[in-house]
Amino acid sequence: MSTTEVRASATARDSARPPRGRAPRTVEQANRRLKWVMLTPALAFVGLMIVFPLAFTIDLSLTDAFGAVNAQKHHVGLRNFVDALSDARRFWPAVQRTVIFTVGAVALETVLGLALAMLMRKPFRGMRWVRTVLIIPLLTTPVAIGILWLLILDPTNGIANHLLASVGLPRMEFLGSVSQSLPTLMLIDVWQWTPMMTLLLLAGLTTLPEEPEEAALVDGANAWQRFRHVVLPMLGPAIGTALVLRAVDALKTFDILYATKGPGGGSDFEAETLNVYAYGLTFDYQEYGLAAAVLVLFTLFIIGVVVVLRRRSGRKDAA
Amino acid sequence: MSTSSQLLSRRGFGRLAAGAAAAVGAGALGACSRGGGKPLADTPLRIMAINHVWSQAVRPRLKEFEERVGRRVSMTLLTADQLASSYNVKLNASATDVDVMMVRALQEQPVFAHNGWLTDLTDRVHGDAEFDWQDFQKAPRGASETKGRVLSVPVVTERPALYYRKDLADPPGTLDELMDASVRLTDPGKGFFGYVGRGQRSGAVSQWSSYLYSYGGDFVVNGRSGIGSRAATAAYEYYGRLLHEAGPPGATNMSLEQAMPIFAQGKAAFYIDADAIYSSFLDPGISSVGKAVGFAPFPAGPAGPRPHNIPSWSLGINTFSRLRDEAWEFIRWAAGPDMAAELQSAGIPCARQSVWSDPKTLASFPPDLAEAMRINAERGIGHDRPQVLQVGRARDIVGRPLVAGILGKPVKPVIRDADAEFADFLVRDNRHKES
Repeated sequence: MSTTEVRASATARDSARPPRGRAPRTVEQANRRLKWVMLTPALAFVGLMIVFPLAFTIDLSLTDAFGAVNAQKHHVGLRNFVDALSDARRFWPAVQRTVIFTVGAVALETVLGLALAMLMRKPFRGMRWVRTVLIIPLLTTPVAIGILWLLILDPTNGIANHLLASVGLPRMEFLGSVSQSLPTLMLIDVWQWTPMMTLLLLAGLTTLPEEPEEAALVDGANAWQRFRHVVLPMLGPAIGTALVLRAVDALKTFDILYATKGPGGGSDFEAETLNVYAYGLTFDYQEYGLAAAVLVLFTLFIIGVVVVLRRRSGRKDAA
Repeated sequence: MSTSSQLLSRRGFGRLAAGAAAAVGAGALGACSRGGGKPLADTPLRIMAINHVWSQAVRPRLKEFEERVGRRVSMTLLTADQLASSYNVKLNASATDVDVMMVRALQEQPVFAHNGWLTDLTDRVHGDAEFDWQDFQKAPRGASETKGRVLSVPVVTERPALYYRKDLADPPGTLDELMDASVRLTDPGKGFFGYVGRGQRSGAVSQWSSYLYSYGGDFVVNGRSGIGSRAATAAYEYYGRLLHEAGPPGATNMSLEQAMPIFAQGKAAFYIDADAIYSSFLDPGISSVGKAVGFAPFPAGPAGPRPHNIPSWSLGINTFSRLRDEAWEFIRWAAGPDMAAELQSAGIPCARQSVWSDPKTLASFPPDLAEAMRINAERGIGHDRPQVLQVGRARDIVGRPLVAGILGKPVKPVIRDADAEFADFLVRDNRHKES
């Protein structure tokens, strides 16, 4: 191509493009820009509140930050991750407790929530009252719940042991005991969050068509068979969503654990989950680098749990 | 005007976004700058304090100080844990919205000093004859210094007092007598226990320190871990046995907040804890023991009676504060000789020797408590926890054998393990100190 031809083709291209500084010509172009203007607040929010803190935490996890976040620190590569993953005294027991607490509490909440939702499925007298009472634990501050149960379950002065003694049962140490603390905390969590599972599953139940159940009834299926083979499969997606929501929340539980067991999850670290451990590293030990590494591992762990749960519920939906 | 002309061009949008980001960044950096800018005339002097009898007594008197300096004062009261966490969050962001900080000289001060978060008060305390720094008791005064610099001024001091039921027992003079009487009086079937005290891993360490010293030990000996020594082992075994055999159920979950009500409700014969909480047992609204409570000095161990005598709470100044002069004026006023005498007369033990020497200021204390406090102060050792940078981690390590003992488990293997961990910790802590 000659120089003249190149110039001519460039001139033709320029004339096709809207002049610089001028408004876009088509409505499609205008919409495309408007889309970005509309998205800007959300993108800025995500950038400031999620991406920046996450990137900062990852960066911090690769340093030996101690004392103050803005103090002089050195990059130490993956040393904090190695230290955390090789810590059999605090880190791995905390992982184990996090899993036990989450699986135990969420499983109980799902079973009880489903049972309550089935009971409340058909209208009955006083249903509005029951629903109101059910949501009271949900509306109460977790720290207040922790203190309330701490007083009720106090081994010496609490009302629970007075009740047990009055019916001839032996006294229990509840939260004062190293072995009973985690099960007790799981039951407190069940008390607080079962209503949420009930409401979520009740919402799922109300959307189910009635015809399949009626057909099963005509075919002679009993109540259990209708529940097991008709209602439960149809409720699968709702149960899956409720499980993901609740499991992520249970994994992050902090306030009740801290309000009842204090720093380190109790004297023998008996209720120290990953969240409590990371808090202790940050605020009690000021080991910001290691704390950030534990938080990064914890985030990856939560993402892993969500992916597994979503895949499983997705497979069930497909089936 | 056409629709398209109202829209931003791509470049315009880029400029707008860059401008917004720059504005946000500049704002954030501005907020984080070290005490930059002059405070306005109506900016209040902000005090963060522990919710404690001292703060509750000072709060109603703030009007007097406001009139004196011509500036409004705002005082926030929090629990000890909340206070420590708030400082960590605020000072990591170089916040200027706290001026006077109530701190524990033996808990937060070492790491705050390491971070440069506390203003150096050395010249101010030494250069003010009226304030009379030498009037402060030696042990609390020493604890207020880090690396030779005065970083806080003590306002409340604390020693362990032996609270006992006069209707059930005489005050034990030795730790052996305390053990015997506690075990003898314990009757779990009736819900009555010979002894109640702190049993939480970290919370118990400060109270256990007096037992450790009275057995002849210390946390750190010649720069090395002292918790594996023969004296420390005996002190661990003693404390574990005392709470295991004579203590209430769930003792390992007990700090001050859980242990105190058990004694106040008449369910324990002996209780050793801070002398500053004595009024909780005399108030008929929250205590059923009232006049049956007696007060005695800390009992003697094999090395004699060696309780701690520490500044439990002190006042410091945020290094990022824009009102450092006013903050110092507040400390002069709140920790001055007049206020100390006034508060001690109201039953709050302060840190000034002149006040302790004045019988009028002790008149509000029950006579046997005043005597116990005086004796304990004379015998007192100036620390009740390891004197390290990371006090929280150190307490967690040192407290592990206490928990094992209280649970009735073999203590010696846990001591060996904790001793090795504490030795490693001290090496790392020294490295941090030098960094």
